Amino acid sequence: MIRPRRSELAAAGLTLILAWVVIYPILVVGAAAADTAALGAFVMRPGEWAALWASVWISLVSVVLAAAIGIPLAFLFEWFDFPGRKTLGSLIALPVVLPPLVGVIAFLFLYGESGFIARAIQAALHLENAPWRLQGAAAILLVHAYSMYVYFYLFTRAGLAKLDVAMLEAAQALGADRRATLGRVIVPLLRPSLVGAAMLTFLTALGSFSAPYIFGGGFRVMTTQIVATKLNGDLPLAMVETVALAIVAVAGLLILRRTEGDDILVALGKGIAPRPRPIRRASVRWLAATLGWGLAVLLLLPHLTLALVSLVPYGAWTTEILPPVVNFDNYRRLFSEAERLRPMLNSLWMAAASTVVAVVLALAAGWLVVRQRVWLRRLIEGLLALPWALPGTVFAIALAITFSVHAPLQLRFVLVGTAAILPLAYLVRALPLTGRGILAAYRQLDPSLEEAAASLGAGRWRTLTRVTLPQLRPGLAAGASLAFVAALGDIVASIVLYTYETRPVSIEILSSLRIAETGVAAAFGVVLMLVSALVLGVGARR
Amino acid sequence: MGPTRARHRGGGPLTAPFLEIQAIEKRWSHDVTVGPITLDIARGEILALLGPSGSGKTTMLRLLAGFETADAGRIAVANEDVTAVPPARRRFGMVFQHYALFPHLDVGDNVGFGLPKSPDRDARITAALGLVDLAGFARRKVHELSGGQQQRVSVARALAPEPRVLMLDEPLSNLDPALRERTRHELREVIKRVGITTVFVTHEQEEAFDLGDRIAVLNQGRLEQVGAPDVLYEHPANLFVATFVGRANVFRGNAARALGGNGKGILVARPERLRFSEAGLPGVVRERRYVGAAAFFLIESDDHQHFEVLAEPDAARVGQRVYVEATRVIAL
Repeated sequence: MIRPRRSELAAAGLTLILAWVVIYPILVVGAAAADTAALGAFVMRPGEWAALWASVWISLVSVVLAAAIGIPLAFLFEWFDFPGRKTLGSLIALPVVLPPLVGVIAFLFLYGESGFIARAIQAALHLENAPWRLQGAAAILLVHAYSMYVYFYLFTRAGLAKLDVAMLEAAQALGADRRATLGRVIVPLLRPSLVGAAMLTFLTALGSFSAPYIFGGGFRVMTTQIVATKLNGDLPLAMVETVALAIVAVAGLLILRRTEGDDILVALGKGIAPRPRPIRRASVRWLAATLGWGLAVLLLLPHLTLALVSLVPYGAWTTEILPPVVNFDNYRRLFSEAERLRPMLNSLWMAAASTVVAVVLALAAGWLVVRQRVWLRRLIEGLLALPWALPGTVFAIALAITFSVHAPLQLRFVLVGTAAILPLAYLVRALPLTGRGILAAYRQLDPSLEEAAASLGAGRWRTLTRVTLPQLRPGLAAGASLAFVAALGDIVASIVLYTYETRPVSIEILSSLRIAETGVAAAFGVVLMLVSALVLGVGARR
Repeated sequence: MGPTRARHRGGGPLTAPFLEIQAIEKRWSHDVTVGPITLDIARGEILALLGPSGSGKTTMLRLLAGFETADAGRIAVANEDVTAVPPARRRFGMVFQHYALFPHLDVGDNVGFGLPKSPDRDARITAALGLVDLAGFARRKVHELSGGQQQRVSVARALAPEPRVLMLDEPLSNLDPALRERTRHELREVIKRVGITTVFVTHEQEEAFDLGDRIAVLNQGRLEQVGAPDVLYEHPANLFVATFVGRANVFRGNAARALGGNGKGILVARPERLRFSEAGLPGVVRERRYVGAAAFFLIESDDHQHFEVLAEPDAARVGQRVYVEATRVIAL
């Protein structure tokens, strides 16, 4: 097939843009990290190795914990029917879509040493001090398990829904009992889903910043270590640390990839999924329903606490179990004080700008990769997916280093300190989300629809706006809303790259916490949560 | 078999050509090529492109529509060269195999998609829907329609902008057999009523015979023969056309001589043109397949050639020794 040269040129242009924002900064940091002094410092200091090792084992244990919660939940909700199954089933997937920072501070207000539960126990038992301190590795793992089980839950449910009931019946007809069917048919068929969930959990835990930052105390993982080093001004060491973290991420990804097995397993899954079985015994049914509802309350409790704290004015809640005063003072301050409204507006416009650009780039990529099947299509897809595989801190440091120098010939410009750097950082993180959504939608789009439009006399623009975009809408909206919400709640890139003028909500939440303005911090968290939920709700509408 | 060697007996268009295809060619790779193909189609004629899968018939249709660009050759309609004209400006209507109805638009907006904004737009949508017997369906959702109705909407949508040529890609392949025959007749009636020049692709001989005024038989990217259905059936240009169009027994050597051939070359005889007799080609009945009004008898000749005879259901028994003679043979 002879392709028009124009699309190949466009593909080359797109590849250059993506390479410039995605891989070039990493290469700059990689080259700069080959600094013998900094390398020596990294190798010699036990603290560095401890942080790296902490990152690895925290991530691995997070995977185990998330699997232990998520997989049984998925079986419960996919295979058994009990009152409230549908509502609960979607409620418990909620933590994954809320900004991590919001979840972490909600956790702090509920389970922290001055949190709701600690206060209640302290008052009930008349203790001198708080019964526990929510700090260190255990606290981090608790938060990780609480938010990341959703990956296993969602992936396992999707895998179970794809199972062909005929395959289970075939196993039974061949004499396999329930246990044999589970071990020899179901688990092997679920393996791709489970590996996918494990990969996602591992990478998320490895890149996790807010939980170790808030709860870590003296316990450092690599992400917090890097930011601390950067704040101390030791840039060469920060770069070495960044490269070390990136290497761990890539190694983890490669090892997990190897266990993924054949795609044939997935491709075979074409049939009718087993219907959820109603639980016959009334007592068991009620037990399941109670468990389910109890769990949902447990999972949503932090966010309810956040809402409560946001209603308590500054200094009003000291030693009481329940707040003595509740009003909307914090929200009023949020919207009436210019200095507090500003971070909100900053986050909104920066998230919107990065999302729009990410959508446009992903649309171009979809057209070039799927429709035109350009020569560079694999590279384009790889560049779009790469930011997903590396922790956000890695990109933040890479951008901070690369774009703090004026060297036009090297395509390096001073963007750090300007309003452009944070949207650029958000854009990099948004590319995998919009890219995945739009490319998948493009692949499902029947090319004959566009041909039909052309044969009816529609030009390119009309075909794009009247046929292609409406058909891509679900994938586009899903990708764009996820990207927007991720940028809105971002802390990883923001904490490295913000300036006072461009400070986003997450930074404002942290500084409010620091000056004990918990009510305002909670109000910010609630607003962030509501905007995120609203955007995601709109994005998920069919 | 090059197109130059394909016989065009009875293959010329009835009047001056409206759609001209001249030595059109598409090279997918060095060993997969469609064409060069030359074909003329008269105004108002229905031409069927018939061939097995991979014969290049869909490529031909897509070249005509402009979705593929030809590597050589020329396409002209009403003396206008459209070889380089993009699909959107070609004014060729197309009915897709899976209909390609826009799922986000209702029936009326689908049919009106190709119509300019004008006061009579709604009237034209109504007229197009009336043409396919779907008056009153304009506000229906596409996915609420049955397969047959979707097919008719796609025909209405293609016809609404009053294209110069109508093209259909396997238009009936998605319908169940019972519906297929009825839809075929309705389709022919609509096309004839509009009087539009039509090219359609099919791999089914019955569909090609029933719908097409003429049939172009394609095989491995080459045009084997063009002609009216009875010409193809009675005077196939070569062995491929003889065996692809209708059932055919192929005889060689002594068997061919016993049926009246000169002993060189190949003899083709349709099953219904063979009958049991007192003398002729001897053989043994190996199988009998009853089809209602008649039965197919599978005969093995003494030199182990197998062939079929269509005869009265009780004309012979399995295992019986018979003699077969031909009422009509095709010598190739």
